Amino acid sequence: MEKYLTKNFDVPNSETIKAYLNRGDGYKAVEKALKEMTPEQIIEEVKKSGLRGRGGAGFPAGLKWSFMPKDNGKPKYICCNADESEPGTFKDRQIIERDPHQLIEGLIIGAYAMGVNTVYIYIRGEYASQAKILQKAIDEAYENRYLGKNILGTDFSIDIYVHRGGGAYICGEETGLMESIEGNKGQPRKKPPFPAGYGVWGYPTTINNVETFSHVSHIINKGADWFKGIGTEKSTGNTLFGVSGHVKRPGVYELPFGVSLKEIIYEHAGGIRNDNELKGVIPGGSSTKILTDSMIDVKMDYDSLMQAGSSIGTGAIIVMDHTTCMVRVGCVLSHFYRHETCGQCTQCREGTAWMHQIISRIEKGEGEIEDLDILLDIASNMEGNTICALSDAAAWPVQGLLRHFRDEFEEHIKQKRCPFTDSFLV
Amino acid sequence: MLSQDARRSVEDTIKKYSQKRAAILSTLHIAQKEIGWISKDTIEEIAGILDITPIEVKEVVSFYTMFNLRDVGKYHIQVCTNLSCSLLGSRHIVNYLEKRLGLGVGKTTEDKKFTLSEVECLGSCGTAPMMQINEDYYENLTEEEIDKILMSLA
Ligand SMILES: Cc1cc2nc3c(=O)[nH]c(=O)nc-3n(C[C@H](O)[C@H](O)[C@H](O)COP(=O)(O)O)c2cc1C
Ligand code: SF4
Ligand code: FES
Repeated sequence: MEKYLTKNFDVPNSETIKAYLNRGDGYKAVEKALKEMTPEQIIEEVKKSGLRGRGGAGFPAGLKWSFMPKDNGKPKYICCNADESEPGTFKDRQIIERDPHQLIEGLIIGAYAMGVNTVYIYIRGEYASQAKILQKAIDEAYENRYLGKNILGTDFSIDIYVHRGGGAYICGEETGLMESIEGNKGQPRKKPPFPAGYGVWGYPTTINNVETFSHVSHIINKGADWFKGIGTEKSTGNTLFGVSGHVKRPGVYELPFGVSLKEIIYEHAGGIRNDNELKGVIPGGSSTKILTDSMIDVKMDYDSLMQAGSSIGTGAIIVMDHTTCMVRVGCVLSHFYRHETCGQCTQCREGTAWMHQIISRIEKGEGEIEDLDILLDIASNMEGNTICALSDAAAWPVQGLLRHFRDEFEEHIKQKRCPFTDSFLV
Repeated sequence: MLSQDARRSVEDTIKKYSQKRAAILSTLHIAQKEIGWISKDTIEEIAGILDITPIEVKEVVSFYTMFNLRDVGKYHIQVCTNLSCSLLGSRHIVNYLEKRLGLGVGKTTEDKKFTLSEVECLGSCGTAPMMQINEDYYENLTEEEIDKILMSLA
């Protein structure tokens, strides 16, 4: 199993351009792309590789790039999504801290392919030290003439700017992100129009996740066929799984799509703390539906997780052992969405508030059995008819918990208290 | 009033964008770093620099969680209480800090040294439980670790 994204994470000073160039292939893909390939060929190669977006939705990157208008004679932009706010997710941060030039190289290639001269990296405001590391790497790239005017002696020019957010999950949503770059509240826009037609300041814009761009130099260097040979047919390449919660070795693991959840938890992350019993796993960040201990043979790829009734999301795996109170989990998650809704859509604004209120009531032992159907009713009303997907993202975890752990909710109601006296949140 | 240095950083930031207004989040970060919070006067000053109305600045300030509309302590301690941190005892961390500092969540000590808050996931889930103090992250927290950190803050 070959690692390529994280291969150089442990090299001394891995965040410097010196270390990046020393490894042999650093900035070689940019040379190849700019000097030997046309923009169309690059987009074709990325399409052929099957690379899918790593920010949560899994949209094919090459296809997205092909939507950008050619020679429109007006500005075009790339926004790199480094907002990383989906609870459980901490992988993009690793790339920025430990191999930022890999990201910068991917951005240059993407910009050249789409005819973009200005790139904004939207990094969550709390990542202050990461923003500094990134800025330093960008400065180094300018000094070495990989950024700026007429790079590598071609007529292609590119600027990359770091844009810090101000603390708001919704700014990770691509249209909320663009509003935020413009200096507004991060309230998502209705789609269509899509960003490739009407993006920041109304100009064509492509938004991709940090990890998505970080795969690109490897695809250019080694070819689409190499990339397609890793993973499964429809989920190609390696990806970064961030494992947290009750495991012995939490962390980020680079593995091919298609690896089993069981292998990730028990081999890579070392198994459950104190060798406790596993109870539930959230497979792809807080917005994805929980799986039970009996479901962990599932393969970690887009299709397999869909069949299991969940989704791979951001690859953020949150592991919970038998001491975990699932109603408490519901409280924590619904609190999050209630706090983060931007409030534009009634279903989302009201639904997130009601869900949190009802689950908190149940956790306190004050719930009624009817509450469970009310919760499901609210959740289904929140799905599918709002401006952005935050509303769905808030409904799914609640639906997942009630599907697999309904008895635990009922027990709280029957006993009129939380049965987990030494639960993780007492 | 922003210092000369801060003004210069704001001018540099504005150059990154085709429209001045886009520099608002950076400007707020610069102002908060210098002054500690975003006062009514600061809002007016920023509106002046960016050619927008004070109410437009206020709207943005209140939408984002990182900007303080009230004065906070010299050290703003923010404990993540989202899921991965909760699973590994962030409630306990909050309780311990409350006891050590003698104050509740959302409050500031009388000497204006510490403010304690709870926040959502900060992207340190693999090194939970964690807290952020001003711009710095402190991860894999234990009681002993917290004691040490508090001791080191003058
Ligand atoms: C509420 C919400 C929050 C999101 N947060 C992020 C985020 O923090 N980082 C990210 O890359 N994508 C996030 N996304 C997905 C983006 O909207 C978008 O699909 C993604 O950045 C596209 O890049 P990709 O195709 O490379 O994944 C979020 C989506 C929603 C609905
Ligand atoms: S779904 Fe929720 S977060 Fe998204 S635009 Fe509507 S109210 Fe805002
Ligand atoms: S849950 Fe605490 S940092 Fe992510």
